[in-house]
Amino acid sequence: MTVQASHAIDEAMEKSLTVMAPRPDVGSLAIENVGKTYDPEGARVVALHDCSVDIAPGDFLAIVGPSGCGKSTLMNIIAGFDNVTEGRVLLDGQLLATPSSPPKPGPDRVVVFQNGALFPWKTVLENVMYGPLVQHKMTLDVAEERAMDLLTKCGGLDKVAASYPPQLSSGMQRRVEIVRALINEPKILLLDEPFRAMDTVSKNTMHQHLLEMYRVCRKTIIFITHDLEEAIYLADKVIVMTSRPGTIKSTIAVNLPRPRTPEMMLGAEYLALKAQAIASVHEEAKKAFERGEREHA
Amino acid sequence: MKAAEEGMKASIADRPVKRNRRLPKMNWRGALAVAAFFLAWHFLVLLKAPGFREIASPIEVLNTFLTQYIGNPKYWNSWVASFKRVIYGFVLAQVLGIPLGLLLGTRETFHNLVYPVIEILRPIPPLAWVPISILFWPTTELSIIFITFIGAFFIIVINVHDAVRNIKKEHYWLALSLGANGGQVFRRIMIPSVIPSIAVGMTLGMAVTWNVVIAAEMIAGDNGLGRLTWEGYVSHTVTVVIIGMISIGLAGYLSTIGVDYLEKKMMPWRGTR
Ligand SMILES: Nc1ncnc2c1ncn2[C@@H]1O[C@H](COP(=O)(O)OP(=O)(O)O)[C@@H](O)[C@H]1O
Ligand SMILES: [Mg+2]
Repeated sequence: MTVQASHAIDEAMEKSLTVMAPRPDVGSLAIENVGKTYDPEGARVVALHDCSVDIAPGDFLAIVGPSGCGKSTLMNIIAGFDNVTEGRVLLDGQLLATPSSPPKPGPDRVVVFQNGALFPWKTVLENVMYGPLVQHKMTLDVAEERAMDLLTKCGGLDKVAASYPPQLSSGMQRRVEIVRALINEPKILLLDEPFRAMDTVSKNTMHQHLLEMYRVCRKTIIFITHDLEEAIYLADKVIVMTSRPGTIKSTIAVNLPRPRTPEMMLGAEYLALKAQAIASVHEEAKKAFERGEREHA
Repeated sequence: MKAAEEGMKASIADRPVKRNRRLPKMNWRGALAVAAFFLAWHFLVLLKAPGFREIASPIEVLNTFLTQYIGNPKYWNSWVASFKRVIYGFVLAQVLGIPLGLLLGTRETFHNLVYPVIEILRPIPPLAWVPISILFWPTTELSIIFITFIGAFFIIVINVHDAVRNIKKEHYWLALSLGANGGQVFRRIMIPSVIPSIAVGMTLGMAVTWNVVIAAEMIAGDNGLGRLTWEGYVSHTVTVVIIGMISIGLAGYLSTIGVDYLEKKMMPWRGTR
């Protein structure tokens, strides 16, 4: 995608998304000394150990690390699909997870999964309307109007509103999923390797789409990936994780200006950050490799 | 690259969401094969090929059918009798089997309690139930329906059970995080997720049901298409045997069409590609 094209989308989206007023006062997340052990009575898989991260409202955080280092585990804890075994997580100062509380998912933290999780038996429009309707937050008419509006402005997805997800390309599916999350006005958008299975060209297009959505709605975003370049290009802050047990090795502040353009990936600033990150990740990757970690989802 | 993307969007937009209903195209190759089959049959009988000495030719069969069967209420009653048993057995299997499969897939305690029994009963072929069934049920009719039911029942239970266990956990999670409660997850996530497996269970079940009903009629029935075929054999009337067989084939084919139609109705999201 060219820069001009991205600006066109940018303007169109701005018009529609302003309804969703940027609220820089919500969406702060505190992850404090979190640990997670799977199967504590049996195999005792320590997936996370003593992880602490602070995320300010409206921050774009990227988490990178080798496969199996516990990225999805951390995401599932924040989303409320699983509980912690140590530490705690706070969202805007409110307790979200402690070892003693049952996990509680909610529409304030919606996840977009790596392999996609659109409901194949619902049309694109029905998928997007699902959240507001199931929570009785909107009437059918309002939900439909709102969904069509968001779909229209997110790169013309209204044209496929009546299609079923398997009919769409994976890039479109992922965009629809992001729209399905955004319609709930979440405080945090959680993206778990959403572009992993994509070719470079679609991935770059998706990056532009995501950056535009972020620029306009300013939600806190946690973006998981194992692709360093992607992480640096998109985020304000990149966290590098180690594996087995997953801990936080280093935090890299990305001070590249926004809006980000693909040309920036050639700039000295970007390259310096990349070199710094590579050194950090490489060390980890080597350790993981020597431990015989196999590639897995 | 922009242009390519536009092109992709356009082509998806152009695609009609619902296809116009068209008459199914005539399958000429298939028609030819059927004709060749009857021709080969005819000449093998005419030439008295080994094994074909006692077989009636298609002309004889057609003749018998037109003169003695097409206007014979007893023949059509055989159709009705067999179809009734298939439908009763099949529908009963779905009505009891689908909820049982759902329960087994969702309730751990119930699963641990009941599943072993099912695993023991499932491998018993439906026909092995014939003697017990005749002793247990007061009428032959009920015992044949029961055996037919058994044929389709375990298939649908296992299919639904496996489907529930294989529901993508991301779908559950997403529904919960989008604010769905337990009942909504059941109705809007679990049921649609298992419908494709219900469809498979129904297709397989329908096929087994015809197998079972014909065999049960031969063993225990006093009417039906299976009985008709068997009586033809006992009375050395080969034409009747063949009329019975072709009727069974047609009946099974019609049932398959019915089940396919039902499956399309259950899964509007399929076949729109
Ligand atoms: N439900 C589970 N039970 C036991 N171990 C698990 C479970 N889920 C993940 N793990 C283990 O925890 C580790 C971290 O997994 P995950 O968070 O999926 O890693 P990532 O997303 O970084 O690839 C892996 O070693 C994995 O095998
Ligand atoms: Mg993962």
